[in-house]
Amino acid sequence: MRKSVPVLVAQRIALGLVLLLAVSAVIFLGVEALPGDVAQAIMGQSATEQALANFRAEHGLDQPALTRYLNWLWGILHGDLGTALSNGEDIARAVGQRLGNTLFLAFWAAVISVPLAIILGLVAARHAGRWPDRLISAVTLTTISLPEFVLGYVLLYYLGVKWQVFPPIAMVFPGMGLWERLHAVILPVLVLVLVVLAHMMRMTRAAILNVMQSAYIETAELKGLSPMSVIWGHAFPNAIAPVVNVVMLNLAYLVVGVVVVEVVFVYPGMGQYLVDHVTKRDLPVVQAVGLIFAAVYIGLNILADVISILANPRLRHPK
Amino acid sequence: MSDAASDILLDVRGLRIEATVHPPGERARDVVIVDDVSFTLARGRVLGLIGESGAGKSTIGLAAMAYGRGGVRITGGEIRLGGRDILKAGAAGLRALRGREVTYVAQSAAAAFNPARRLMDQVTEATLRHGLATREQAEARAIALFGRLGLPDPERFGERYPHQVSGGQLQRAMTAMALCPRPGLVVFDEPTTALDVTTQIDVLAAIKEAIRDTGVAALYITHDLAVVAQIADEIMVLRQGRMVEQGPTARIIGAPRREYTRALVSVRSMEHPEKPAGGQVVLDVANVSARYAGLPRDVLRDVSVAIEAGHTLAVVGESGSGKSTLARAITGLLPPSRGRIRFSGRVLSPDLAGRAREDLRELQMIYQMADVAMNPRQTVATIIGRPLEFYFGLKGGERDARVQELLDAIEMGRGFADRYPAELSGGQKQRVCIARALAAKPKLIICDEVTSALDPLVAEGILRLLLDLQAQEGVAYLFITHDIATVRAIADSIAVMHRGAVVRYGPKSRVLSPPFDDYTDLLLSSVPEMRQGWLEEVIRHRKMESAGN
Repeated sequence: MRKSVPVLVAQRIALGLVLLLAVSAVIFLGVEALPGDVAQAIMGQSATEQALANFRAEHGLDQPALTRYLNWLWGILHGDLGTALSNGEDIARAVGQRLGNTLFLAFWAAVISVPLAIILGLVAARHAGRWPDRLISAVTLTTISLPEFVLGYVLLYYLGVKWQVFPPIAMVFPGMGLWERLHAVILPVLVLVLVVLAHMMRMTRAAILNVMQSAYIETAELKGLSPMSVIWGHAFPNAIAPVVNVVMLNLAYLVVGVVVVEVVFVYPGMGQYLVDHVTKRDLPVVQAVGLIFAAVYIGLNILADVISILANPRLRHPK
Repeated sequence: MSDAASDILLDVRGLRIEATVHPPGERARDVVIVDDVSFTLARGRVLGLIGESGAGKSTIGLAAMAYGRGGVRITGGEIRLGGRDILKAGAAGLRALRGREVTYVAQSAAAAFNPARRLMDQVTEATLRHGLATREQAEARAIALFGRLGLPDPERFGERYPHQVSGGQLQRAMTAMALCPRPGLVVFDEPTTALDVTTQIDVLAAIKEAIRDTGVAALYITHDLAVVAQIADEIMVLRQGRMVEQGPTARIIGAPRREYTRALVSVRSMEHPEKPAGGQVVLDVANVSARYAGLPRDVLRDVSVAIEAGHTLAVVGESGSGKSTLARAITGLLPPSRGRIRFSGRVLSPDLAGRAREDLRELQMIYQMADVAMNPRQTVATIIGRPLEFYFGLKGGERDARVQELLDAIEMGRGFADRYPAELSGGQKQRVCIARALAAKPKLIICDEVTSALDPLVAEGILRLLLDLQAQEGVAYLFITHDIATVRAIADSIAVMHRGAVVRYGPKSRVLSPPFDDYTDLLLSSVPEMRQGWLEEVIRHRKMESAGN
């Protein structure tokens, strides 16, 4: 018996939630297992025993690990990510703004890179083995092969400093207009696009070429359709599932993998926030950011699965 | 041909087609696959192209659309369609021609329909793309064609996806797709070969009627002379890319001039006298039922059959009738849920793991796809030698001598021991599989559709070999097939299977003689006969019967 679409989707979502719970435990245990004493690290070498004990009691560090884990989870379910140890800031508030900035960057990088990668992939498949294919592959493989900080600094030097086309530092602050904001993030968006383009383009190309071997492609050609309408109308609908999976992996990367790019362009996003607090040994922040990254990653993968299920006519229209 | 020149739709002269082949371990080279083929086809007429695999019939059919699969290129001759040489049409000219003036019906409609799109979109696509009608007109025409081709609920048939309809329905939908743009010519490439025999007859009748009603001309490609005799006005016989002979259908099947055509005409008439019953029973299947895990119903229902030593039991039925499942139950791959299997006097363990090596040795199997039943990286000697080592511990010279004996037995002689499967023809591969089964000195060999993938003349050679080996070695066969002609050629007794149950069982003479049960009657009367008018007779007969009920 084949399962119906709602059942399959519900299963995927349930599985994602279980996975997220497991990840939260791993993050908590991982941070817990770090050597050294948090109180000592925050208060400094000169703190007295009494001061350390007070700090621990104040932040609940003297309670057993399981209690702290459950308290942490309970808080998260109520939107409370805890307070930062280093400056006493509410993490949820600080993260909210940072996450918004990161998502803004990721959104524009995705809006440009996903359609561009798919179109380039279709064009490459259309001219497989000939010069347009080779040119597209060579350029995108070059940009994916360069480390993103190299790409970032090279673009920053030429476009930002030497020719001064775009602002070299991606300064954003609350109250900025949309156009100002977009102008400010052009360089980091460009770097991210170049980094994720190749992977999605290659997968689109490979998936299309794989489908092009099918008998129904011959049927379409024998109807007198043009090569591009054969690819778009007959090959692409059957290549969606593998392409969607790679697209989602790259979207996840745009959110969780931007640390380096944010640091290069001094962009106030999640990556910078994470790096700052790792150096300060601010564990609640590290845990919270880790969990948010995991949630984004798992969420996008669930979305990929759901789209693949919906794209399959055998599941959508059972016999 | 007496038709006036203006009536000639397709005029092919001196056609030459080449392909680039890449033999394993050799450099790519060009080979001629069609050479010097000429024919004309008048408007509204049907020309049958017939020949075995490799004869170039599909290649010629696609050439009528100036299309070459893979590395196939048309390198010589002229193809004039409606007076225009389409080989000079250019890419845009060909796109304007394909799907408009010439359309194509593929052998496997299941593969030729796009799984991701609705049938109606695909059936009307060429009509709309060429601007031949508005969407409403095209859909109305498609619905009319669905009705004419006997598809259920024609108004709503097009809303479905390919996986939601049966193979026979898809094949008719493909015919509707080809006829929708009102082309002058349709190329039918083995349109009924992949169908069950009882389905084939309906699709064949539907295609014939549609051709007659629309007045379209057709190239009808098939390897089955009896099928083409029902539908073609003229027949061209092809062999290895060259024309053997060409003429009106009645003349080709009634008075063939060439030796090769005569062999094709008589190939299905092989007969084999039934051996008398009363010998020792080697296999006794009693009340066996079986089901696959996760499926709600039994795929074998209370099956009881027996085979005597040195005899052949043919298990015949259509796809899904449970005949291969019966083989899986007997070999222990699918343990039965009920029932008992006795083999040479002892009860067999239901599952494979519980069987003794002697049980395995005495019960061998040969498969439909000889290609995938052999390890492509082993030589023929290794393949045949393996059971000799495994069951009898033969080694070195002793083993080689026995391998050679077996090669002689399958009439392959010297020089084949060191070859790899890729270097053998389809028939030779199946012979090696037979030798491998024989090497174990079995009492029973299960032959699962062993001749279905082979050309008729090659298949006949394999059947004769199996009969000779049976006479020499006294081995019994359980012969699974969907083909009645094969059954006549080899069986001593027959079990007819339908939906998992045996509906008729007994000696060949009795099973194939009236009075018949309904299903066996349907099955037998659906096998095409090599004479014109047979199709109409059967259809008329069936209509009268259903009217009488």
